[in-house]
Amino acid sequence: MQVPARFDYEVAGSVGEAVELLERYGEGARLIAGGHSLIPMMKLRLAAPEVVIDISGLESELRYIEDEDGALRIGALTRHREVLDSPVVRERYALLADAERMIADPLVRNMGTIGGDLANADPAEDLPAAFVALDSEVLVRGPDGGRTLHIDDLYVGPYETSLEHGEVLTEIRVPRTPGGSAYSKVKRKTGDYAAAAIGVALSMEGEEIESIRIGLCGVGSRTLRARGAEEALTGERPGSEAYRRAGEIAAGECDPIDDARGSVEYKRDLVRVLLGRTVDKAVERAAGREV
Amino acid sequence: MRINVNVNGAMLEAEVEPRLLLVHFIRETLGLTGTHWGCDTSNCGACTVLLDGEPVKSCTVLAVRADSHEVTTIEGLWSGTDLTPVQEGFHVEHGLQCGFCTPGMILTATEFLERNPDPTEAEIREAISGNLCRCTGYENIVKAVQWAARNGSAQEVGA
Amino acid sequence: MATVQGHTLGDRMPRKEDGRFIRGKGNYVDDVRLTGMLHSALLRSPYAHARINSVDTSAALELSGVHAVITGDDLAEQGLAWMPTLAGDTQAVLATDKVRFQGQEVAFVVADSTYIAQDALELIDVDYEPLDPVIDSRKALDEGVPVIRDDKEGKDDNSIFFWDAGDKEATGKAFEEAEVKVRQEMYYPRIHPAPMETCGTVADYDVSTGEMTIHLTSQAPHAHRTLFAIVSGLPEHQIRIISPDIGGGFGNKVPIYPGYVCAAVASLVLGRPVKWMETRSENLMNSSFARDYHMVGELAATSEGKILGARSSVLANHGAFDAHAQPGEQYPTGFFPIFTSCYDVPAAYAEATGVYTNRAPGGIAYRCSFRVTEAIYLMERTMDVLADELGMDPVELRRKNFVTKEQMPYVSVMGWEYDGGDYEGALQEALRIAGYEELLEEQKQAREEGRIMGIGLSTFTEIVGAGPGKKCHIAGIEMFDAAELRIHPTGKAILKLGVKSQGQGHETTFAQIVAGELGIPAENIEVREGDTDNTPFGLGTYGSRSTPVCGAATAVVTRKVREKAKKIAAHLLEAAEGDVEYEDGRFFVKGSPDQAKTMDEVAFAAYTNVPEGEEAGLEAVTYYDPPEMTYPFGAYICVVEIDRGTGQVEVKRFIAVDDCGVRINPTVVDGQVHGGLAQGIGTALMEIIDFDEEGNHLNSSFMDYLIPTSMEVPNYELGEFVTPSTHHPLGARGVAESPTVGSPPAVVNAVVDALSPFGVRNVDMPLTPNKIWKLMREHGVEA
Repeated sequence: MQVPARFDYEVAGSVGEAVELLERYGEGARLIAGGHSLIPMMKLRLAAPEVVIDISGLESELRYIEDEDGALRIGALTRHREVLDSPVVRERYALLADAERMIADPLVRNMGTIGGDLANADPAEDLPAAFVALDSEVLVRGPDGGRTLHIDDLYVGPYETSLEHGEVLTEIRVPRTPGGSAYSKVKRKTGDYAAAAIGVALSMEGEEIESIRIGLCGVGSRTLRARGAEEALTGERPGSEAYRRAGEIAAGECDPIDDARGSVEYKRDLVRVLLGRTVDKAVERAAGREV
Repeated sequence: MRINVNVNGAMLEAEVEPRLLLVHFIRETLGLTGTHWGCDTSNCGACTVLLDGEPVKSCTVLAVRADSHEVTTIEGLWSGTDLTPVQEGFHVEHGLQCGFCTPGMILTATEFLERNPDPTEAEIREAISGNLCRCTGYENIVKAVQWAARNGSAQEVGA
Repeated sequence: MATVQGHTLGDRMPRKEDGRFIRGKGNYVDDVRLTGMLHSALLRSPYAHARINSVDTSAALELSGVHAVITGDDLAEQGLAWMPTLAGDTQAVLATDKVRFQGQEVAFVVADSTYIAQDALELIDVDYEPLDPVIDSRKALDEGVPVIRDDKEGKDDNSIFFWDAGDKEATGKAFEEAEVKVRQEMYYPRIHPAPMETCGTVADYDVSTGEMTIHLTSQAPHAHRTLFAIVSGLPEHQIRIISPDIGGGFGNKVPIYPGYVCAAVASLVLGRPVKWMETRSENLMNSSFARDYHMVGELAATSEGKILGARSSVLANHGAFDAHAQPGEQYPTGFFPIFTSCYDVPAAYAEATGVYTNRAPGGIAYRCSFRVTEAIYLMERTMDVLADELGMDPVELRRKNFVTKEQMPYVSVMGWEYDGGDYEGALQEALRIAGYEELLEEQKQAREEGRIMGIGLSTFTEIVGAGPGKKCHIAGIEMFDAAELRIHPTGKAILKLGVKSQGQGHETTFAQIVAGELGIPAENIEVREGDTDNTPFGLGTYGSRSTPVCGAATAVVTRKVREKAKKIAAHLLEAAEGDVEYEDGRFFVKGSPDQAKTMDEVAFAAYTNVPEGEEAGLEAVTYYDPPEMTYPFGAYICVVEIDRGTGQVEVKRFIAVDDCGVRINPTVVDGQVHGGLAQGIGTALMEIIDFDEEGNHLNSSFMDYLIPTSMEVPNYELGEFVTPSTHHPLGARGVAESPTVGSPPAVVNAVVDALSPFGVRNVDMPLTPNKIWKLMREHGVEA
């Protein structure tokens, strides 16, 4: 098996200490939480940090799922498996459960953390797209204190967030429960990344879609929001014609690349096809019909 | 770095490099070779151990991460006499051929049945989907887990 | 009345070897830990084709913990930079002049740990001069392309061989005169066996005795020992190869890899054990691949569907060195000539061209029975194309052309004598299990609903059990196999074999063979394989040969022991030998069944009451030369559904009826079929080793070389069919490769069937969602 190069190792006793250690060691330092993004890269020697700062012990500070006043708060060290198994997630934020079921495999989900996943900013990772659809905010602690960042402002490029070096993502917050939500993903097998995936969260007003947010995964150099498709569906009655139109718009809004998972044309078409299926599922759930 | 790890019920202390992977700590430092490795990219699950009771891929965990935690390997399941129902199920239902994925499969299945003692076939298939097998086609592994779910007793197998 | 206590031949006996595996007490090569053992890593070429100007190992040697760095030049000084291959070619152990595939071995580092060895790799400085690579076999013989094997004197192109068999003229005539002809080009992609355990070795040279003990992931320890002796010059009697528990072989562990040779050299030089275990990416990139055949299948038939002729043309991509294990130089395409399969074809011709490319070497691997996977894929796909051309149900077309059981033993027009086959019967059973008529109804219904459902068939004969010494050999060694049986005084036994299980259950099944012949319970028979010091010489386990050849040897050796046992029994019964009969572990005087001696009593007497003129002891060894190959056969049906929006293919059902003759342990047989079906489904839907134009490997980890998980395969519906082999002492044939042979065409036929209403006639594997989506959209199928 391939193994990492040498590095120095520090254990952070608190978030504050993690911030301080990042500052002290500079750009050569990386945080490790679940390690299931960082360690694979280190084994292939694609990442070779000089110092690894371990925050996995900060469970009392960072590992929780809280449901408060209609807002969902998830601590950064919460594992994928916990989100998948959470009753409040399954009941009110179903797209997170949909997405988690298709992320990696059960063993990876036992160790991988939400914070690690979101901070990694891999455009092919599912949770960023799901949280984009949920109109989320991330809480961040840095040398200048804490700040809140809307998720629309978080992803700037492949593996690049707008976080400064020295800032630690501590929580993801979903301010409102959607009426209904769903996540769809096309992959070649269990454990594979998406050829394309889409997360939808919406609220209905009578027979019409009152508000909708759509996150796209794997079809751009960063996690995308399908704003045009959102606009095309806002105020509309759900149905095949509305989905067809919005699907075409969403297909045009994304920017996929050719790779082993598919061609540009294929991925665009997947977005087009998945949009209708996923919105429909969210609509059904909003109406209390489980699909 | 000095670490203290509870391995199969015994507190062990060792001096390790930060980059030492847990799978190598288990196999090389401790000599517990029942945990295997089969890939470089955290895909195969042959290295599965229980970390604080949960199945994880030990090739993707640093040994230092296990400091002050509990690790259970396949050797930790066998008390020296009785087999567990999962172990016996694998034997009775021919759920193994070359045996290389078997320790990982058994640990994953064991923890799964503790959480879900009466699973559907679909749930079993999903639970073991992080453990690759190249020999059995999974058919009899599923049957082995179903056998274990039905049977609480275990008896000595072979010598 | 004594009866056999315990298990015997034919029982669904739970495996004896399980005990250590379920406890994590298996002993695989990487588990071997010896005092003073060092670790190693191979530096490999990033280029598919490049000249080597220099290799600077000085920085690596300075790294603390590094003991040695061996280069091609170092080996060349000992005449070891090149080694012979199993196909009569040569292969570089460590590159000297050029590298000829991405990942080729360039330097070997020995260090205190794998961690340090891998660190040292980064410190070796190689000056490469990249050359244009030849990646596509279809371009390998073009004018002006680089010559890859310029190490071979006078070599001025990339050809390896041209081969043909059959009757070209008669077949040509049949095609000229036929009313209906079809021709289908197809590609069987390069894929990889990818056993869960990678390849590796611990080489342990003892300076004080001159003995070299090699722990090796080997499917053929005896053959490997002889080859090691010839290549290295070390005396054969001082080489011991121990193949311990092997974590899956599937042909991956048949070749001798450069890493093995380097570890042995390093151990010799350093006088310490040296372990080399390849990483998974090394395994996928550099160890023996499988298939990579561009093929053209042709059938000529009457308008009623009676086949008049079959033709095949193959372009074989062997990579940079011709290193595949062929069963004799007259078989550069292995047993591909079986391609007329279970059909009564009056005229046939096969030709093949083999070429070098800048890819890793190999070709015979991944449960192929020496290219039968390719042959049957070609025939089964072409049959479906013919059925489509004729507008005929694929089932009807097969039934019209099957060799009948009355024709057995049947000699095919390609010269093979089949040891039995009731293809019609097997197909009937498969149709029954599948509920074929209901399936057709279901498909009709699905189509009306706009769902895309397909039913695919595959009927085939295999050819395994290599093989008769007059025809089959590996690197010159005839392909017999051996069994040695000794009965202990207390009636227990030890059986030693020349084959080597990598999960096939020999410790159980071979004990069951002895039990069946001698009445000693299988529980009381210890089976030993893999250590060249204490097993008889055999050719190993691959190509489904263990049961046909070594199983036969085991039956014969047990009968030899039984003959002597009978003499001892006669002595104990004070009867003439001719008056003594044997049944179920007892010897008795004809007509007086109550006057009997048990096997236990006879065994004890072999040591305590030896008859006059006989030697003490009760043991024998047999080297068995099979008179012919064996021909397991099968009928498979696959049902798929395709998502018209995404192109994803789901295998909903897989029905497999296999006839492998007498079943020694039906549970083990079922397990072999399950495993092979999963591999076949993986092959059909997701497995491929592909390259870009520069020769960069695109599938070098399990993130990109995709093998099925438990979620990608269905429950398999197995059917059993038993017609005994006409020549095998037990009537058994071997089975483990039938499922990998028969299932990929069944899956592809199902997908093509699903899409045939839209005009699709062929698609090449792997049937990825993107590929199926593209095919659908090109043929007007919308989401």
